[in-house]
Amino acid sequence: MRIFASLRIAGRALRRNKMRSLLTMLGIIIGVGAVIGSVSLTTGATKQVEDQVASLGENVITVFSGNFTSGAMRGGWGSAPTLTLDDAKAIAKLPDVLAVSPEVRDREQILANGLNWNTQVMGESPDYPQILNRSIISGVMFGDQEVRSLAKSAVIGKTVADQLFPNEDPLGQTVRIRNLPFQIIGVLTPKGFNLFGQDQDDVVVVPYSSHMHRITARTFLNDILVEATSDKTILKAQDEITDLLTTRHRSKDPDFTVRNQADLMDRVSASSKVMGGLLAGVAAVSLIVGGIGIMNIMLVSVTERTREIGIRMAVGARAADILVQFLIEAVTLSAIGGSIGIAGGMTFSWLIARLQHWPTSTPTVWIVVAFISSAVIGVISGFYPAWKASKLDPIDALRYE
Amino acid sequence: MQTTHVIKLDEIHKTYHTGEVDVHAVRGVSLEILPGEFVAIMGSSGSGKSTLMNMIGALDRPTGGHYWLDGIDISTLDRDALADIRNEKIGFVFQGFNLLSRTSALENVEMPMLYHRHRILAHEQFERATHALALVGLGDRSDHHPNQLSGGQQQRVAIARALVNRPALLLADEPTGNLDSQTSIEVMGVFQKLNNQGITIVMVTHELDVARYTKRMVILRDGKILTDEAVADRLNAEQELGKLKQAQQAVQLA
Repeated sequence: MRIFASLRIAGRALRRNKMRSLLTMLGIIIGVGAVIGSVSLTTGATKQVEDQVASLGENVITVFSGNFTSGAMRGGWGSAPTLTLDDAKAIAKLPDVLAVSPEVRDREQILANGLNWNTQVMGESPDYPQILNRSIISGVMFGDQEVRSLAKSAVIGKTVADQLFPNEDPLGQTVRIRNLPFQIIGVLTPKGFNLFGQDQDDVVVVPYSSHMHRITARTFLNDILVEATSDKTILKAQDEITDLLTTRHRSKDPDFTVRNQADLMDRVSASSKVMGGLLAGVAAVSLIVGGIGIMNIMLVSVTERTREIGIRMAVGARAADILVQFLIEAVTLSAIGGSIGIAGGMTFSWLIARLQHWPTSTPTVWIVVAFISSAVIGVISGFYPAWKASKLDPIDALRYE
Repeated sequence: MQTTHVIKLDEIHKTYHTGEVDVHAVRGVSLEILPGEFVAIMGSSGSGKSTLMNMIGALDRPTGGHYWLDGIDISTLDRDALADIRNEKIGFVFQGFNLLSRTSALENVEMPMLYHRHRILAHEQFERATHALALVGLGDRSDHHPNQLSGGQQQRVAIARALVNRPALLLADEPTGNLDSQTSIEVMGVFQKLNNQGITIVMVTHELDVARYTKRMVILRDGKILTDEAVADRLNAEQELGKLKQAQQAVQLA
């Protein structure tokens, strides 16, 4: 029998019992909708996290100093003064290292323009914007000259600019850090919040030398930011740094930690993978339940239409014709259900994106996967009832009341 | 020459193996039916006429003997081949009409063409179905659903469906069983008209009144042919219908 004729017969049979068809499809609609919705949410979240991690800077390795232990009290990473400027300079000479910025951090109450603001003051090298993938929106970054001369030059973030210089151009203005006047020579391009909810624009960047000699009088670094030459050399660079520092520090227990962005990315995507897997598991279960629903209704339908099957066989329908008819009916049910589910899931994720401002994104491959799997479920769950129908004896089927 | 017969039954047996006792429903029936015949197969219940009918209709296979339909030995064919035979060679008319409900008369008549081995184009299906409906006098009812038609009209739709694939044989199983006497005569009139056009008809019935509209009567008893003779005092449906109407008018006048 022609597929087109079968489709017409199936369509008519489904239209005859609209409510039943809809309820049968509901299982598939909810299942597929759940798949598409959950995939959209997790894909969107993963993508956002990946973007954020990437925005921290590509190929970045961070060297933290060791932890500080005094009696029973143990400080966290970076609490022990183990990293020195010489360490940073030695790292800069490594073959797979592109740029280095020795980092000194401190929270300070800063004053300017008759206003004050508590912010993070960072001592960095001129490579800081390059390593962290940041740019200067106006003005310039300080250079090596400023580092050598312990210049009182500062580059500030957008938040600091807004707080201290509302409706004013901060360039060329003076900001007082521990009462020392620093001249603002540049403003960083806004970057927003990072993964951990920190405002990356609430920052003042000064040359590390100025920070260490003029502001904090420190001789040790909090950490060292390193950029590897490429994403292929990042692990090699990490090993080189570890070897170098182990030799330099001559310590049995390493008093430093080396981490890269890939570690962070892995941890973040591992958690979202677990989440996605969980949701997909729930969705798969509901798809199976939907398939059982279709099988159930198809079995009822075959019993109800025994006489119709008998008539069709009497006028010359082969067993295969009957099989195809009921199979197409089941697949039509599940494919329509799947399509509605896909539309519903996408609408749901769109609504979430609009109302909750969550990032969502529906990968095309998942739409295809969802549609095909709902059609496959139709075939699987429709096969047994269709096979049962095709095996009916025409004489018995005609006699059926 | 077997090909001259529409039906040739040679020592047909049918034995059901149900439970402990074997049931011999048909015990050696031989029968030849030529083109253009109009045969009534009669018998009381249990005479084996339904079983014989199922075998003639290619719905069932004999357990013994041979059956040639239109020159083809179909007693050994498999399920699919039998389905094709039913589709191309046989038109069925049932006691209970067996129309698909909530499906128009036209679509009911088109249904056998859906299962034809050779593709029949949609417009040809429509033309043939319309023609078949016109032949049974229902040309103006093609979009009606079975529940909008009277019993006689439903049976005529069923006859149109049976004719649409131009079968060699029209088989009717108690076609008037569910109809009142006047409608029965009308339906028999349709059969007589079709037979006059050369269509071979075999009909199962247990009513002698109905059998008298046919040309030949085969009476079965205990799975064997008891008598096989031409109908002597054949009735003409048109005349009988006229008589019935006169009688009804007489009752109304009185």
